[in-house]
Amino acid sequence: MTAALTVRTEDLSVRFAGVPALDRLDLRLAPGKIHGLLGRNGSGKSTLAATLAGFRRPDEGRVLIEGGDLGAAQEPYENAVVTSRVCLIRESGDRPDAVPVKHAVGLAAALRPYWDADLAGELLDRFEVPLNKKIQKLSRGKKSALGVVLGLASRAPLTIFDESYLGMDVPSRNLFYDMLLADYAEMPRTIVLSTHLVSEVSAMLEEVVILDQGRLVTQSPVDALRGRGASLVGPAATVDEFTASFTVLAEERLGGTKSTTVLGDLDPALLAQATAAGLEIGPVGLQDLFVHLTGVKS
Amino acid sequence: MVFDDRSPIYLQIAEQIKNDIVTGALAEGEQVMSTNQYAAFYRINPATAAKGFAQLVDDGVLYKKRGIGMFVAPNARDLLRTGRRDSFFADVVDPMIREAKAIGIPLKDILQHIRTYGEA
Repeated sequence: MTAALTVRTEDLSVRFAGVPALDRLDLRLAPGKIHGLLGRNGSGKSTLAATLAGFRRPDEGRVLIEGGDLGAAQEPYENAVVTSRVCLIRESGDRPDAVPVKHAVGLAAALRPYWDADLAGELLDRFEVPLNKKIQKLSRGKKSALGVVLGLASRAPLTIFDESYLGMDVPSRNLFYDMLLADYAEMPRTIVLSTHLVSEVSAMLEEVVILDQGRLVTQSPVDALRGRGASLVGPAATVDEFTASFTVLAEERLGGTKSTTVLGDLDPALLAQATAAGLEIGPVGLQDLFVHLTGVKS
Repeated sequence: MVFDDRSPIYLQIAEQIKNDIVTGALAEGEQVMSTNQYAAFYRINPATAAKGFAQLVDDGVLYKKRGIGMFVAPNARDLLRTGRRDSFFADVVDPMIREAKAIGIPLKDILQHIRTYGEA
């Protein structure tokens, strides 16, 4: 864990024409872990990623990045020392398009203090990205693959992939996940994967940050969220009796039968009582929990 | 092995390895994959794999040899089989009897089936 960085945001707000994209966000990303940044489209994931990487100045509050060879906490905006150690890969690429791939690779090699040229060569090979082709001539999948190559080979102590890998087909995405895990095992660093495809990446994550409308819904170790919800199905009155003291995420009725999804740990005694009262109790998967936590409230 | 999202993955990992030991797929004294190999193979977070393995070390099913890796404990199979025997009637037989009663299968038919199936 030589170089991994810790990220904190304090009361962070970013607004677009007065409309909040991030609303007083306080969070901490622990060093050396793979974090998932989850949220629906428009929830503020990309704005957060851009602000962490110093692409954008906070309107209020601040971003602090510390640890590794940075030492004391520093703000990333307009700070070359920090931004050389923070790599954000976005779908758009953020690079000139009219030049050959090898120029983008050379630029990254010059800017990134932890650049690994051997790894870059191996990745370009495995993702079959042609070095001499102009970037604008690449297919969407190859452009995404180039982003992934630059992101991994930079070996930046804070590396953020903002849905950039979603343009790749399934075999390429699987190759990305394999290469990411292999290189992370070799050089642990702080990694953020921003996505709305929860089920595909959830097993690779250690912690998740869930955003909705620019606000923090929850931050938690991902394994703690698994099995954290429960659905209770049975006669409406009985279901209501047992779910009265819980946070209700969703309710559905079919005739006299009701299905209620709740958040929270049901203790074994209560579960036994509910079963004895004739209710069916089932766990709620992470994807469903995510949908409920970020869904439109009815 | 496909992990589901309905219970913590580290528990599912521990269960899978225990299962492999009970069935003999993993022998006592045998070295198990490192957590990084395991994580790469199943495409999961290495810390999650490490947590599953740590649980098995706590349970006395695996042990660590410093600098070499993790191994199945010499008495692991007996330990696990004893544990499963203790819960066999409550976990397996009792639910079967409840189901048989609910759908009207006489117990003597079940006994007959067990004799036939068990000797086949």
